[in-house]
Amino acid sequence: MMASSYNAKEEDGHHSGAATHGVVGAAKSKKPDNTAFKQQRLPAWQPILTAGTVLPAFFVIGLIFIPIGIGLYVTSNNIKEFEIDYTGADINSPCYNCAQNLSWNSTSQCHCSLNFTLTQPFESTVFMYYGLSNFYQNHRRYVKSRDDSQLNGDVSSLMDPNKECEPYRKNDGLPIAPCGAIANSLFNDTLTLYYIDSNGTKNPVSMVKKGIAWWTDKHVKFRNPGANDNLTVAFQGTTKPINWRNPVYELDPSDPDNNGFINEDLIVWMRTAALPTFRKLYRIIQKKSGTTPTLSSGNYLLNITYNYPVLSFAGHKRMILSTISWMGGKNPFLGIAYMTVGSICFFLGVVLLIIHHKYDTRNTSADIPN
Amino acid sequence: MSNVGECMMELSGDERRVDSRTIYVGHQSGPTNEAFIPPKFCDNRIVSSKYTVWNFLPKNLFEQFRRIANFYFLIIFLVQVIVDTPTSPVTSGLPLFFVITVTAIKQGYEDWLRHKADNEVNKYPVTVLEDGRRIRKESEKIKVGDVVEVEEDETFPCDLILLQSTRDDGTCFVTTASLDGESNHKTHYTVPDIETDLEALSATIECEQPQPDLYKFVGRMQIHKNNQDPTVRSLGPENLLLKGATLKNTQKIHGVAVYTGMETKMALNYQGKSQKRSAVEKSINAFLLVYLCILVSKALVCTTLKYVWQSKPGQDEPWYNEKTQREKDTNQYLKMFTDFLSFMVLFNFIIPVSMYVTVEMQKFLGSFFIAWDKDFYDPEIKEGALVNTSDLNEELGQVEYVFTDKTGTLTQNNMEFIECCIDGIQYSPRDRSIEMDVTDGPVSKLQQRAGREMEELFLRALCLCHTVQVKESTGQDQDQVDGHVDQVDGLGVDEVLDESQEQIGFIASSPDEVALVKGAMRYGFRFLGLESKTMKILNRNNDVEMYDLLHVLNFDPVRRRMSVIVRSGSGDTLLFCKGADSSIFPRVKKEEVERIRMHVERNATEGYRTLCVAYKYLCEDEYAQVDAELREARLALQDRDEKLMAVYNQVETGMSLIGATAVEDRLQEEAAETMEALQGAGIKVWVLTGDKMETAKSTCYACRLFQRSTELLELTVRTLEDGGRRREERLHELLIEYHKKAVQDAPPVKAGVRRSWASTNQDYGFIIDGASLSMVFNSSSDSSSSNYKNLFLQICQNCTAVLCCRMAPLQKAQIVKMVKNSKGSPITLSIGDGANDVSMILEAHVGIGIKGKEGRQAVRNSDYAIPKLKHLKKLLLAHGHLYYVRIAHLVQYFFYKNLCFILPQFLYQFFCGYSQQPLYDAAYLTMYNICFTSMPILAYSLLEQHISIDALLDKATLYREIGKNAMLRWGPFLYWTLLGIFHGVVFFFGVRLLFSNPALQDNGQVFGNWSYGTIVFTVLVFTVTLKLALDTRHWTWINHFVIWGSLAFYVFFSFFWGGIIWPFMSQQRLYFVFANMLSSVSAWLVIILLILLSLLPEILFVVFHKPRSHHARQVISQCLLPAACSAVMPTAFACLGECSTSEHPNLCA
Repeated sequence: MMASSYNAKEEDGHHSGAATHGVVGAAKSKKPDNTAFKQQRLPAWQPILTAGTVLPAFFVIGLIFIPIGIGLYVTSNNIKEFEIDYTGADINSPCYNCAQNLSWNSTSQCHCSLNFTLTQPFESTVFMYYGLSNFYQNHRRYVKSRDDSQLNGDVSSLMDPNKECEPYRKNDGLPIAPCGAIANSLFNDTLTLYYIDSNGTKNPVSMVKKGIAWWTDKHVKFRNPGANDNLTVAFQGTTKPINWRNPVYELDPSDPDNNGFINEDLIVWMRTAALPTFRKLYRIIQKKSGTTPTLSSGNYLLNITYNYPVLSFAGHKRMILSTISWMGGKNPFLGIAYMTVGSICFFLGVVLLIIHHKYDTRNTSADIPN
Repeated sequence: MSNVGECMMELSGDERRVDSRTIYVGHQSGPTNEAFIPPKFCDNRIVSSKYTVWNFLPKNLFEQFRRIANFYFLIIFLVQVIVDTPTSPVTSGLPLFFVITVTAIKQGYEDWLRHKADNEVNKYPVTVLEDGRRIRKESEKIKVGDVVEVEEDETFPCDLILLQSTRDDGTCFVTTASLDGESNHKTHYTVPDIETDLEALSATIECEQPQPDLYKFVGRMQIHKNNQDPTVRSLGPENLLLKGATLKNTQKIHGVAVYTGMETKMALNYQGKSQKRSAVEKSINAFLLVYLCILVSKALVCTTLKYVWQSKPGQDEPWYNEKTQREKDTNQYLKMFTDFLSFMVLFNFIIPVSMYVTVEMQKFLGSFFIAWDKDFYDPEIKEGALVNTSDLNEELGQVEYVFTDKTGTLTQNNMEFIECCIDGIQYSPRDRSIEMDVTDGPVSKLQQRAGREMEELFLRALCLCHTVQVKESTGQDQDQVDGHVDQVDGLGVDEVLDESQEQIGFIASSPDEVALVKGAMRYGFRFLGLESKTMKILNRNNDVEMYDLLHVLNFDPVRRRMSVIVRSGSGDTLLFCKGADSSIFPRVKKEEVERIRMHVERNATEGYRTLCVAYKYLCEDEYAQVDAELREARLALQDRDEKLMAVYNQVETGMSLIGATAVEDRLQEEAAETMEALQGAGIKVWVLTGDKMETAKSTCYACRLFQRSTELLELTVRTLEDGGRRREERLHELLIEYHKKAVQDAPPVKAGVRRSWASTNQDYGFIIDGASLSMVFNSSSDSSSSNYKNLFLQICQNCTAVLCCRMAPLQKAQIVKMVKNSKGSPITLSIGDGANDVSMILEAHVGIGIKGKEGRQAVRNSDYAIPKLKHLKKLLLAHGHLYYVRIAHLVQYFFYKNLCFILPQFLYQFFCGYSQQPLYDAAYLTMYNICFTSMPILAYSLLEQHISIDALLDKATLYREIGKNAMLRWGPFLYWTLLGIFHGVVFFFGVRLLFSNPALQDNGQVFGNWSYGTIVFTVLVFTVTLKLALDTRHWTWINHFVIWGSLAFYVFFSFFWGGIIWPFMSQQRLYFVFANMLSSVSAWLVIILLILLSLLPEILFVVFHKPRSHHARQVISQCLLPAACSAVMPTAFACLGECSTSEHPNLCA
């Protein structure tokens, strides 16, 4: 392809120099340059991986990985995690009625409560997650059904959302804010936690809803439209998503700064999960000062405002309480994996050493006659 | 363009296709009053360009999309535009656009150069004589029939018949350097009997239709003089001045245009060679097919599973994820189809556009290293190697058969007169005793001396019977480059000569002739030159003898002889003939032969080229008859060559043999070493020569192609005539016998091609000559013909070296073709330097031209040209080996890296409801092949030297290890594919297990799907790059820069891409995803773990594999023993890896 068969150079008999191209011209006239590059003699490092050089590497990897793995495993094991399913699929579940009678149109809210016991105290800050399973947040139709410029506060997108939001783009001719399937299906159960002390009193556990979303999402990626502080005005001309009870500017009546697109529950929900079974951060239970555990062992009551239907697609809902370490939530995988790989390396190192040793002696004995 | 079209139509249109064309010189009709219809010829415009400004875009696009790969990508792009697909059209559109644009720009630039060159030629001012006036015109306006004036050092604007020259003898000198590279001056002759006043000339020319052969032309010119019968003159190539040639040593000529524009011989000669495709390309296509199947089956699996999954209640359309109205309305089957297409689009990256670009770039840039190699630079001709095509670089590493020419290739074609034999007595100028004693004549140590008369006759014959010219401009260096010019060297006798005479140089079409003339000079006969048909000789007495040159019966390879007819000063008419013994002996008296035959055979076995010289007297009557016949034959328009040949054969009979000459053709530098290296590399060398058997055989021995221990199997006319039976029977018998010897009795050699290291087998050499070969090929009974051919082929394949002598050029090509198409289709290489090698150079997979002394035709038709035979060793063993390893690795790596790129995306479908959700962001999808992983492999494929060049040259056997496309066979391919699958699975499930708890940050926040993809992608980019780093054995600063640079660029780009809210993007998927990922310790740990885990097997293989340490070689040689092999490689998988990384594929097999 590169050397054209019809060479312009040979074509013109007059001034061949003008039309030379490609390799032909380069080679013709003069002696090739004696540079290291052109002669393929650039100084080069020629690593030779032999058993001799790799053996120590295997041992070193093994020796590094195994402790890391043990550390990870221990760390993961030290993380306290409590999980409770409150779907209400089972007839014995307190939430069974709520789950059965749920409909989007009902005005009254269904409440149910679950009792549970923590056998061990949770010492450090506790994170409360809600978990959903068989919920395909990563379905393509779902993932793309959002308008990031609308969420970023773009006024024109607010009034004319992206086509990808269909069929959650407009309702009764009014643009939906925030548009799209993700926003429309915002998780709207309310979970509250009570500590039941020895005399049976319900003490509400105070929970913080700040800091559950990525900082950059909260402060840069999501913004309310317009410069107006009054969100009701800013969202004028739009309508709430079909499944929502309140418009976006009334999501959090308790905190006026947590409304509109920058509502942290919304932001957390909008970060679509990677797998159909997932958890999302719901609330944070701050560590108390002193030596009192954040959640001491004992009985607890989880109060649920049951709004979110999952039975129709055979899904499940969970509430998870977990402490967090430097490596994140509880997950033994990394620790086990590191230990395994470390052991394999170490083992291979040993095997290699034996083979190397054996074959080395054979080699030298073979050399002697020469 | 339109003009060319017309011309082509004229050429191809059947009714217009007549055998000859008639041209009216100066557009003057003949004296007859018949209606003068000027025949239509095409104008003198040269159009080599393919495009015009207007048709460039459509035409170029059309041509580009005719390539299957481009078309495939276009389809994918269109699907993306039309169907709702997971990735935006940009992801595949951008790379495609890039590729198409770059190619279009390159082709456009090349075409612009052609336009420029065309214009330069077409607008070149020329002088045309019209009605007696000289008119300046642009070259493109010349019409057939115009009388054109050309001055010294100008090139001819079209093919001209020479009418008039300013030189007295009606000749002009021409150099055809730009046509065939021969820079010597050639003499062309005016048509005799042309009036000096061209204006008054009234003549018509009849000549054949344009044909591409530069050296053939037949025509006839009728000159009308006032009311006389027209005189007819024959026209031959010596009258034709070719477009592109340059006028030299002549002030001015006039000529009439016969062929113009695209009909000139030069233009006809550039109709392109057929494209050769390399074996690697075929492998790529096969792999592509496999990947296409993988792609389609992936898409099919996903589509099927999608519908299975959707059939479960609640899955297809849960309340949170309703379909649009349009989706609901779509026909079910159409939806299935578009789903299938969407999956295809999602996985289409498995067949990368960029691979084609990278392969092209690798080939193009890689070929520069051949041209740059200073080892290929020859100070004598001041040139290095020349690369005519970059498509075949890797083929140089795959050669199994080398077909080499002898003269000029194995030997120097630098002839030296060794000795002669006059009347059966040997004369050798090497003896110091040959003092030039005028009275005694040449003395040899031998007591005997031939008669003085015989001696002189012989020397006169040497001086007369040739076509040598004396070089005129002595003292000028400009022609020193030209191989045909040979200064008289200062050996022995020449000391007697004057200083001035020593400067004389000779120009001849064959170096033998120069050697002979110089040889004669040593004995005191000196050729002074040819002036207007008179040859002058300075004889021993320093008298000048004059001979009229009456006829030259030119040399041709069929007759294998040439003759001259001269008239001496005393009025005798003599015919001198020289030629090969086989062609002379039957034409002389039997008793004379015997005395000389012995010498000739002895000389031949010593490797000299022998010629016999004969003469005869022609009496007046005889001569008159011969003269008439020759003239008649020369005038014939049809079958001129055959007619001439018949006359020649008739004249050259009944001669007397005077003597024979021996000329040494020295071996090329390092010819033997080169041949030995090639044989060591497992390459079979076949010598195909036109020379006689004895000479060729001795050359083979000298080149160590035949060893002393080699048993020679001969299939020649001589062996066929032994036994006194019919030739066919004997042929049959011999073939069967040889076959039994060489094929059946030989211990079976593994894989056919490879000989084991210390082979104790008997080596066989096979010798066949042209006549026997044609019997093998065209055996009388059809059934046995193919059988003979098979037998012949099998015998040859089991011989270490094969010598084919007395070959016609076409037979050479036949042999190459036969081997090329034989079982296993081995890769063939032809190397030659002369026009007679062109056919085999074109036929073989790789054609190598030697920039030798027989002109430039071989070089022009070759794929690679080198100055000397010895350069072949480095070209194959070092460059070929490296290029093959590089490109094979490049191809495998490309498929591998795209497999493990796309496999996680495929696996992700199982977790996202088969919804075609891409795992990676669009930017990553697009950039992966273009930016993140392309440069390291390109650098690798240009710079890698897994074995140093010196080691490759030192140890020729290394070449065998990559033979038979070792690195691109299914085994290695399977290994790479499995590796890709392994990596893909590790990447995906490693991260999958990590994401079983997506709270990966120390602040409890969770990661989403884009974080998932980014972690997988990061592991992917690092693993794939580090895998290449592991494979790299030759780390120059460029490799370091590119490998670490790519990784740094990936990190930098990811930060940048995630660091900004992009105003034009509808989705900000990756906003701060990468930065957040890096803030998670778990992500770091999993990335490190997965990279290491992926590379672990690779590192293991590398350890076992141990490349080029001294240590390693012993492992390899031990590996030959199965026991050792199994001991060193405990697992079968390790052995697979060992074989598949393909350094030693054949060893553990």
